[in-house]
Amino acid sequence: MYELVRGTSRWNKTEGTATVIEQLAERANADDWLVHRGRRINLKFLLGIGGTDYIVAIRDGRIASVSPRKLPTDTGAFSIRAANDVWADFWLAEPPRDRHDVFSMVAAGLATLDGELLPLMQNLQYFKDLLAAPRAAAVEA
Amino acid sequence: MVEFEPITGRYFTMQVAGEDVRVYVEEAGSGIPLVCLHTAGADSRQFRHLLCDPAVTEHYRVLAFDMPWHGKSNPPVGYQNRDYQLTTGLYRETVNAFCAAMELDNPVVMGCSMGGRIVLHLALEQPDDFRAVIALEGADRLEPYYDTDWLNRPDIHGGEIAAAFVSGQVAPQSPDEFRHETLWHYKQGGPGIFKGDLYFYWTDGHFDDRSAQIDTSRCPVYLMSGEYDSSCTPERTEATAGRIKGSKAKVMADIGHFPMSENPELFRRHFMPVLEEIRKTGG
Repeated sequence: MYELVRGTSRWNKTEGTATVIEQLAERANADDWLVHRGRRINLKFLLGIGGTDYIVAIRDGRIASVSPRKLPTDTGAFSIRAANDVWADFWLAEPPRDRHDVFSMVAAGLATLDGELLPLMQNLQYFKDLLAAPRAAAVEA
Repeated sequence: MVEFEPITGRYFTMQVAGEDVRVYVEEAGSGIPLVCLHTAGADSRQFRHLLCDPAVTEHYRVLAFDMPWHGKSNPPVGYQNRDYQLTTGLYRETVNAFCAAMELDNPVVMGCSMGGRIVLHLALEQPDDFRAVIALEGADRLEPYYDTDWLNRPDIHGGEIAAAFVSGQVAPQSPDEFRHETLWHYKQGGPGIFKGDLYFYWTDGHFDDRSAQIDTSRCPVYLMSGEYDSSCTPERTEATAGRIKGSKAKVMADIGHFPMSENPELFRRHFMPVLEEIRKTGG
């Protein structure tokens, strides 16, 4: 499903992350336990991948939509941003160190958080698992 | 017929900072005393695999206790009227009080994370009291990467957020069973305890300006860190080893911040040769 470049254990970085974004909602929503854990969450947040921001809308724990940010007024409660290759590594089935967890990325200076962090912190494991949901696809590839 | 594990758990009372504290300790084995210090915000259950490993307990008397305020140890009487905060001095006094109460003669002391930091302080300040120290995920200089106020506030579940933060400190290769057992300990911590421990771990415990004074000829120092540790990184471990002349450092591949509890089988492959070396050479 996703192309792994053998020998270097890296995604095809020109297309890989965009493909993951297309499937983020499907993968996350397929996890009933994840959706259950997030059943009280209703918000939008920004997911920054390289130079592109996506608006991820959560309704009752399900991803209702993932869409590129079009207007400056399109925004969310908080944002999580990292470079394209960092996310590409993050979504590997066995990610390398410093890229295996959102807060490990933050600790290593590879990701930034902005905005109102309270809903993120109140549901931290949910959001970590939501963002990591595409890894299941990497395992299947 | 039930098959009990070889661990014996008991309670006793010792005095720390002028206060009585009721402490829970588990032990197994006989021989050289090996005192095990758990990570911030957790308890001695992290060492259950060592306590049940015949290869370890054949030559070592393994003792793992819950720090006051942690696990099955009580906080001091009157805890409800104050915040918990661990300092370098309080931590040292606690470990010394435990070793004195147990009447341990020249024990090996091994700690993980904040435990890995305090053993370095012990090697510096009391080199003749310990046969050797083993710092798991321990460094002399660390940098915080989040505000610990998030860990103790009424609008966030303290156990959930503690476990969620440290979940990134478990290596992706670690077995799910042990990953989630390790996280469960964090979900069970008392309110504000992880935060109070991190005061020592991230703020009060820095001593990279003095770690070079550790005399490893009097107290051998072993540093063992997991590749996936985001706080005590391989780089910080190596920097610490560079300052402590004569120390022996090892970075363990495919392991995170909780080697003994997140991947016990892989950890013992790194750990057993160290124990053997200490036993045969005195460190």
